[in-house]
Amino acid sequence: MPIHLYRIDDRLIHGQVVVGWGQPLNTRFLVLVDDLVASSDWEKELYRMAVPPEMEIYFADIDTAIRDHGRYASDPRPGILITGDIASMLRLVKGVKAIGSVNLGGIHHRAGREAKLRYVFLTPQEEQQLRALEGAGVEVIAQDVPSARARPLTEVLEGEAT
Amino acid sequence: MSDDEGAGPPKPKAIVVGHGEFSAGLVSAVGQICGLADKLVVLSNTGMAPEDIEAAIRRELARTGARVVFTDLPGGSGTIAARRIAKENPGLVLVTGVNLATLLDFVFSSAGTPEEAARSAAERGKASLIVIERG
Repeated sequence: MPIHLYRIDDRLIHGQVVVGWGQPLNTRFLVLVDDLVASSDWEKELYRMAVPPEMEIYFADIDTAIRDHGRYASDPRPGILITGDIASMLRLVKGVKAIGSVNLGGIHHRAGREAKLRYVFLTPQEEQQLRALEGAGVEVIAQDVPSARARPLTEVLEGEAT
Repeated sequence: MSDDEGAGPPKPKAIVVGHGEFSAGLVSAVGQICGLADKLVVLSNTGMAPEDIEAAIRRELARTGARVVFTDLPGGSGTIAARRIAKENPGLVLVTGVNLATLLDFVFSSAGTPEEAARSAAERGKASLIVIERG
């Protein structure tokens, strides 16, 4: 499968993505799925400059990503697809119906969110969205970097908060 | 008495943003080598949401009057946050890929402006990366 990682991360493109995962997966392209970023040339340039030269980056709003997912998935190069929130990934999963696993990489503290892991904080609505992802047949795994233990959703929702 | 209270213009200050304890380690090393760690403010982005990193940088810029931000990775969340701030603040200078040589040059800088100090520091930092294949 050319897209090796479907990741939810509110920092979008950052060190853990381009280096932490990008290096071991030999990632050659990123798909940043975010409606706001896709609508702004300045935001796109901001993230384009954050990507190392060996990686190509595509920007897409969610509807475009659903439409173009087949093209990303048939790309022979290893790729990573990122959304900044759970709701966007859920929309993508429902629209594409070909995503088997989702990586929960970073949902950080904000008012209304409860600590689950050191790097995962969730509102009750977000918990429901994660359960909906699993209900759609998607394996949800929390793992910020490849060397960390992969934690299944049930463990995340129990909320070890460390 | 701090250096800034002496004769001449105050030396530029900077915020150093990095992953984990990177910034604290670098600034600690600056202090150990030359005793000028007070020119630098440590900020770690670990465990922080993007908006919190941005708010923390803004807070430290306002508190210290610094006009320079050093970050560790060009693609890191600290750099992204600093670039958002720089968009609204043309006088802010951002240097990515900071290393110890960069900071040592910066804290000793006698340049007239933060931009000049940052540029000189970046050049020194680049020049300090040397591959020595045979001793």
